[in-house]
Amino acid sequence: MDDLFRLRDPARARALVGLLRRYAPPDPVRIVHVCGTHEIAIAQHGLRSLLPEGVEVLEGPGCPVCVTPTVDLDRAVKLAERGAIVCTFGDMTRVPGARVTLAEARADGADVRVVLSPADAVEVARANPQRDVVFFAVGFETTAPGTAAVLLDSPPPNFYVLSCHRLIPPALVALLAGPPVPIAGFLAPGHVSTIIGARAYRVIAERYHVPVVVAGFEPLDILYAIALVLRQVREGRAEVENAYPRAVSEAGNLRAQGLLATAFAPCDAVWRGIGRIPGSGLSIRDELARHDARHAFSVQAEEGEEKPPGCLCSEVLLARAVPADCPLFRDPCTPLSPVGPCMVGTEGACNVWYRYGRRPNP
Amino acid sequence: MRQGAGIVKMSSDQKMCLAVPTKVLSVDGNLATVGVQGVRARVRLDALGEEVRIGDYLLVHAGFAIRRLDPQDAQETLALFDELFALAAEGGSSPPAGTDSDPA
Ligand code: SF4
Repeated sequence: MDDLFRLRDPARARALVGLLRRYAPPDPVRIVHVCGTHEIAIAQHGLRSLLPEGVEVLEGPGCPVCVTPTVDLDRAVKLAERGAIVCTFGDMTRVPGARVTLAEARADGADVRVVLSPADAVEVARANPQRDVVFFAVGFETTAPGTAAVLLDSPPPNFYVLSCHRLIPPALVALLAGPPVPIAGFLAPGHVSTIIGARAYRVIAERYHVPVVVAGFEPLDILYAIALVLRQVREGRAEVENAYPRAVSEAGNLRAQGLLATAFAPCDAVWRGIGRIPGSGLSIRDELARHDARHAFSVQAEEGEEKPPGCLCSEVLLARAVPADCPLFRDPCTPLSPVGPCMVGTEGACNVWYRYGRRPNP
Repeated sequence: MRQGAGIVKMSSDQKMCLAVPTKVLSVDGNLATVGVQGVRARVRLDALGEEVRIGDYLLVHAGFAIRRLDPQDAQETLALFDELFALAAEGGSSPPAGTDSDPA
């Protein structure tokens, strides 16, 4: 049935590649996406080899697992060590924290469980009424509505959320507002945009004069979106264009936005490797404080190294470097023995580049 | 669809950011049973805000439906590309179809 949604037409692919050549500006341009799924599609289909000379596409902070700060990892580990059941998404258990990973804590006897949905964590809480159950919640706007929904759906009293959700638009602003890196345009993440709508990027395009094109995940979607960015650059425009209207509307998913606004308030938040970004996190509202792990448990968490010595993750997350620029890439840093967080998350640029070959953009 | 597969977890890999299209097999209030890649899964509908019927396609992320999809929209997307090709062709200079390249 997925075939219904596949866009794989070689003739149109050729036509798009022709358009890319035609729209390519004379000077090198750097286009940034912020989505692990985009990076996987780009690497898997070898799209970088189709780009004209001088057109670079980089992954910025598109991996929620990679940007979760070590202090929150340590908080989750300590909660697990103190006897809570900690539920989280799979990659999160392997990310190096201040001291140990959640997987290591589990090996030492802590109860750490992998879930595929926030709803699964609530089930764990219902099945274990005598235990505290903490859902260690990471993810962008696509994931956060599910966490909001379970928080608002009268969860059992022993269910808590450690919210590390992050918001994409403030991160785009942070990439632009830092020391000057010429970013010619953004590919906005398709399914984050399903929630927040194409209009969420308008203020960024206008204020920073940068094109933003909402992109889908089929190879043709991505080539098309890149063509639209290049066309805007060429014509001196900086607008939001929606290249993924089959899943993204102008206003987005209003129900999900309502859940987010009811359960959470935006807050300043630290992104691993990047630092504090104003308004980029979601803290649980006071009315739901009894389910807020930060509120319910006082845990002294340790700050750790946001990146180990020599690891280039910060530069990778800021879209200033590609994984192959890192001297530790592949040796010794691999998915089996990751040095930095970008090698752990399956959405992390280093992990994707490792899995799909040394340098997917030749 | 493998029959009798029962209710299984959404996906065997743990890529949390992968929202996948699924087909609705039944609806029960706040929950739908969907088929995806030959297995069945339960998804929550409370983040959707749209009517859901059997046979609809849903974009599902981490156990929650986030958007209803219309297979016809894939055709519309292709039309969108063609529109751009036509526009570019009107613009003159080089031909929009990159006849000199092979993206395979
Ligand atoms: S290859 Fe490893 S050490 Fe280098 S930036 Fe990536 S995660 Fe960090």
